Amino acid sequence: MVRRNTIVLFIIVAIFAFAVCTLVYPLFDREEMRLGLDLQGGIHMVYQADFTDVEPGTEDEAIDGAIAVIERRINILGVTEPLIQKQGGDRIIVELPGVGEAEKAKNLIGETTLLEFREQGVDEEGNPAWVPATATIDGKEKALTSGYFKENTYVGQGSLGQIMLYFEWNEEGSQISGEVTGRLIDQPLAIFLSGEPLLGDDEQPIAPIVRSQITDRGQIDGLSLGEATELSQLLNAGRIPVPLNPIYEQTISPILGADFIDMSLIAGLIGVILVMLFMIVYYRLPGALASLALIFYGAVLLAVFKLIPVTLTLAGIGGFVLSIGMAVDANVLIFERMKEEFATGRTLGAAIEAGFNRAWMAIRDSNVTTIIVCLILIWLGSSIVESAPVTGFAVTLLIGVLVSMFSAIIVTRTLLRLFVGTPLAKKTWLFSAHREKK
Amino acid sequence: MLDITGKRPVFLIISEIIILIGIIALVVFGLKPGIEFSSGSLLTLGFEQEVEQSELKVELVNLGYDNVIIQRTGAGDFFIRTQELTAAERLDLEEALGVRFGALSEREFYSVSSMVAAETVSNAIIAVAVAAVGILLYITWAFRRMPKPFHYGVCAIIALVHDVVLVTGIFAILGAIMGWEINLMFITGVLAVIGYSINNTVVVFDRIRENLRRGVHPDFEMVVNSSLVDTLSRSLNTSLTTLFVVLALLLFVGASIQNFALVMLIGIIVGTYSSLFVAPTLLIVWERGEWGNLIPLRRTKTEEA
Repeated sequence: MVRRNTIVLFIIVAIFAFAVCTLVYPLFDREEMRLGLDLQGGIHMVYQADFTDVEPGTEDEAIDGAIAVIERRINILGVTEPLIQKQGGDRIIVELPGVGEAEKAKNLIGETTLLEFREQGVDEEGNPAWVPATATIDGKEKALTSGYFKENTYVGQGSLGQIMLYFEWNEEGSQISGEVTGRLIDQPLAIFLSGEPLLGDDEQPIAPIVRSQITDRGQIDGLSLGEATELSQLLNAGRIPVPLNPIYEQTISPILGADFIDMSLIAGLIGVILVMLFMIVYYRLPGALASLALIFYGAVLLAVFKLIPVTLTLAGIGGFVLSIGMAVDANVLIFERMKEEFATGRTLGAAIEAGFNRAWMAIRDSNVTTIIVCLILIWLGSSIVESAPVTGFAVTLLIGVLVSMFSAIIVTRTLLRLFVGTPLAKKTWLFSAHREKK
Repeated sequence: MLDITGKRPVFLIISEIIILIGIIALVVFGLKPGIEFSSGSLLTLGFEQEVEQSELKVELVNLGYDNVIIQRTGAGDFFIRTQELTAAERLDLEEALGVRFGALSEREFYSVSSMVAAETVSNAIIAVAVAAVGILLYITWAFRRMPKPFHYGVCAIIALVHDVVLVTGIFAILGAIMGWEINLMFITGVLAVIGYSINNTVVVFDRIRENLRRGVHPDFEMVVNSSLVDTLSRSLNTSLTTLFVVLALLLFVGASIQNFALVMLIGIIVGTYSSLFVAPTLLIVWERGEWGNLIPLRRTKTEEA
């Protein structure tokens, strides 16, 4: 019994040491806590795609193309860890952490636009530059863009097995292309998106050389499979623009986020200290041990957040701080039971065991109800657009409840057992326990 | 031993008054929905120069924003709530204010379309309803070996409704007096209160279950009473520790999770009350078929008898 307790104690100390190391050192490539947008500042936008002009059945392709276009534009901004993902079949979520210049990023998203073909020329000041490749059709100057593709472009293999990107122009496109390519034989034609050239794997603009005049259909070779696939996707997205309407937006300045972190740290610390003081004053030695278990709880919980990683939001920190107050609940239940058992004349050792055993049912049932609420909140979070606060709160509280059951039961019991059979165990005032006077 | 259950007419009257106040507040004032539920834009601006709220209001009305709501934050920034702004309108608005009041910086911008708002309302209602049903089912299951497991679940849910009505009622009053709006953090808080309050009720019920099994007293009322006395200090202590942390959140984190912290603060107090005095009392009322006692007029008569 005593020996088993020592082993458990050793495991607890090891877990605690591991948790502290995780928090102090960058383990497993996780250097920092992952912070939500509300804490580090940034932009969170949700767009609704408008499929009115899209041929039925190709909605998926259209939205994937729109996402590819957005990714391109955001890469140009150099945002670290942007998140661009599809929600449902017709929405796109864009999260740009740490972006302060809201407008700069947002103007780049909006609607998917045409891709332009550009040729080498000179700008207004006479410097070499890529200028739009245009043709004069029926007396009007028209630029060659992705809007003139007849069908979606696709990637295939040529007769020698080389990667090819096939495309086909519509009637007007054939005329423009015929004139442009007829004029540019043996010259490059670059592809531009929102005023920026598309870059290949070598970070140079993708600029195929025109080998012959192209009227209705043609192909591009010399691309890697990755380049060809992405280019095809972008060209298709630019063929029929999908308007993206913002339906939700949240922009938080990074300065505001930093304030939140400081404030919640203070709140957490004060909360913990008050809870510990109360536990020690009211329950004495067991309360002090429960406070140690609370430190263990805090360290392990934060380490779990860092390792999973859980994105910490303000609401998540709220859930964390709240769970500190609730984490000692199991201990309160157990200690009250212990006092009762002690009062009926049991020894300390027997009172500890009986207290833990009898409190278990209440701990289990009360925690299961909290877990039910957390799971429902996680569902709610996944079903609505502004999910961050709800999900953040529920996930941290859920993990908190699970970790607290371990810390309040196993850790506190193991620490208490250390005192069984020692002279300290006879000092009843240490346990604020009273024998019932009969 | 402390006689708690014997005073149940008093507790029932208090609870009936609480529920009445809550319902009247909800009916008279209604809840003020935040932009998550009603759509619109919320702009938080910080000005380098001192700006008067009244001047800001006049300027915004001049710009055509008649229904604008302005609030000053503790840090001296301004919350400006308008109808949904497009990117261009927002830029124009900030530019116009910059011309009038000098350099400003945007701290936060939040915009929700009506489609998203409608989805959020319906899903939040579903979430609260599903939580209630889930808890009812779990408690009925956990107390399945008791003579009337369903009674426990229903009494726990009534205590819960009691808590939620009071919390939302108080927010209706706060909305009417101070312009407080309910947002998603409010809903999150309500669900947390549901979890917390049920947690307390379950601990009391658990003790009733154990004491019935041990046969501490032949009379059901006495069993409930001794269970309440047994768990009293635990209930109060846990509520205290949770109150400590909620107060810390309320005082130090401030505006952004104010709704959540205040809901929790009220919820913990009323939840502790209902777990101790409403749910167990209703169990006895149901057991004895004393439903008539819920009407105050008839109560005196039964008590005399």
